[in-house]
Amino acid sequence: MAHIKTLQELFRRHRRPGDIVFALLFLAFSIFLLSQVYGETSWVKRTKWFAQPRFWPAVSLIFMTFFALLHFVGSLCSPRILGRWMEVVFWLRSLEFVLYFLLYVAIVPLLGYLPSTVLFTCFLTVRVGLATPRFLLASSVFAICVAVIFRAFLQVKIPAGQLYEAFPDPLKAFALTYL
Amino acid sequence: METFLSSLAILSQWQVLVALLLGSIGGVIIGALPGVGAAVAIAILLPATFAFEPIVGLTLMLGVYGSSMYGGAIPAILINTPGTAVNALTTYDGYPMTKRGEGHRALSLAYSASFFGGIFSVVCLILLSPLLAMIAPHFGSREIFLAALLGIILVVLAHRGQVFAAGMLASFGIFLSTIGLEPVKYTKRFTFDMTWLTSGINLIVVVLGLFAISQALLLLVDKDHKPGKAHVDGNLFSGLSELLRFKRIASVSSSLGVLMGMIPGVGEFTAQFLSYTYAQKTSKKPDDFGNGSPEGLVASEAANNAVPGAAMIPLLALGIPGEALTAMMLSVFYVHNVIPGPQLFQGQLDFVIAIYIALILLNVIVLAFLLSSTNLLLKIIQIPTRFLGVMILTLSFVGVYSLRNSITDCAVASAFGIFGLILKRLNLPIVPIILGMVLGSIMEVKLRSAMARVKSPLDFVDRPIAAILFAVILLILILHVRTVIREHKSRREQETSKNSEASTQQG
Repeated sequence: MAHIKTLQELFRRHRRPGDIVFALLFLAFSIFLLSQVYGETSWVKRTKWFAQPRFWPAVSLIFMTFFALLHFVGSLCSPRILGRWMEVVFWLRSLEFVLYFLLYVAIVPLLGYLPSTVLFTCFLTVRVGLATPRFLLASSVFAICVAVIFRAFLQVKIPAGQLYEAFPDPLKAFALTYL
Repeated sequence: METFLSSLAILSQWQVLVALLLGSIGGVIIGALPGVGAAVAIAILLPATFAFEPIVGLTLMLGVYGSSMYGGAIPAILINTPGTAVNALTTYDGYPMTKRGEGHRALSLAYSASFFGGIFSVVCLILLSPLLAMIAPHFGSREIFLAALLGIILVVLAHRGQVFAAGMLASFGIFLSTIGLEPVKYTKRFTFDMTWLTSGINLIVVVLGLFAISQALLLLVDKDHKPGKAHVDGNLFSGLSELLRFKRIASVSSSLGVLMGMIPGVGEFTAQFLSYTYAQKTSKKPDDFGNGSPEGLVASEAANNAVPGAAMIPLLALGIPGEALTAMMLSVFYVHNVIPGPQLFQGQLDFVIAIYIALILLNVIVLAFLLSSTNLLLKIIQIPTRFLGVMILTLSFVGVYSLRNSITDCAVASAFGIFGLILKRLNLPIVPIILGMVLGSIMEVKLRSAMARVKSPLDFVDRPIAAILFAVILLILILHVRTVIREHKSRREQETSKNSEASTQQG
């Protein structure tokens, strides 16, 4: 009994709500990856252990599982702060913005960088509750600045929008190169 | 002299000067905005810099890296909200000074101490260069492997109270670096027969997800917050002369900053903690610390600003990044086929000296900018945090998509964004993942080449530097175990004495 108490004291740490959910999921993920080592890596004949393709993934996964287990035990031994599922809901709420981000990524090759960016920033500004003329103007100006700086000046590699093909010739060439 | 003139010629290109100016001023603004930070800015800018000359890209990033902590002191002192995480200690003494009506004095002292720390670290870097150039060629594969291993161990142990989480995440980083087609035997590793995993997980995609997208998601989902209004009156130049009164603390703190910056995985927080503790222990007014002590403010700011310059030492000399930001810079070197390490000092010394001069110039530019534009910055930081989230997410797109125009990269970065958000909410460290990825791939390559010439395990440490590194690793592990046992014993003693007190009172 005394040994268990000592062990508990050694592992105790400050934990935030949701810590145990993350610790458990990460441990399960580590064990899953470790179980796949044989299938997902190969052992090459006439090659020493340090040069084996399996060596580093195996070492990293053994340590990952070992530390994940200790982290989980630490979470079990530490005093709980209420609000676990509220925290998980907070994590899941971020998925909504990830979805908007991926939609933005999908429409850039169609509408072009400048129009998509203006749409994206204005939409997000409204979505986060800042739908005032001042913030809508600020988000549009910001979007135009970003598109002009990165695509026109820095010549960052972003494809031109298919929509630009429908523009009249002089504007089309300009839009394809700079917007 | 010829090398020096050559490095001046490199720096005199207009692109370099523009990058220096934009990086320095941009870094101050980014640092002053609570919730952004240098890591987010560097992650976003990283792919854009690949199109530049190496010195231009690096100068831009160095500008952001070296100046963000200057900017972070402004909201820390005036509105009790640190601009960057490393300015948290600055609030302890800076904000009480503001409440006493000494805001301008606190800011002025913080700028002066930061400037001192910044210049001190560059001077150390310059003075250490000949030594580095001499020692660096003695670093063969086994020494670099051991130094990288030391870096991993230090980054794990430096996270006191979170060692298991740091170990788990560093191992995860090492695992990420192994995914894809293995470059020697051309076998697949953890691709699950999916083509997009064959080329591996890109470091920049992970960096952007963990630092930029996660921060954007955090700001977008969390409650809106707008930093309070503030205004500063008075002469900001006065701190330059006042700093002379605290020259001992400024020098010791900067030295600790340099020392901690040089050791991979340690960084600003340990440097600040050590220098603050030193300043408090040697002060005539130790009780003032935490209640508006100028000495505490100087210790904190001088130490954190000495770190960026010093962090360049292991990066330039050995190609080993000490923390996440230098790990990002390492990728700029690689993209331009400039390999940091011993050969850089032998073959491109002018390039190295140009970086040193750029570091000095950026400190001068930042100080001049801050002394004249603090009130302007206070207006800029009034942006609501949710709008900042919109801005960061929009900019993250440029960073990820411009790499390979890949929707998959954006999806992977988003997944790491959610992962980073969870880690930030749980107060778990992100840096071990990045260092694990960078140092893991270095360790794999170097162990393979080192072992080819090793017949018995002892051969691995038969060279002086390898032996020293191995001894340091052992010493650090032993000291850590000893500290854990001591802390556990003292905790038990405290609990026993509490219990006995309670039973006496009951009796």
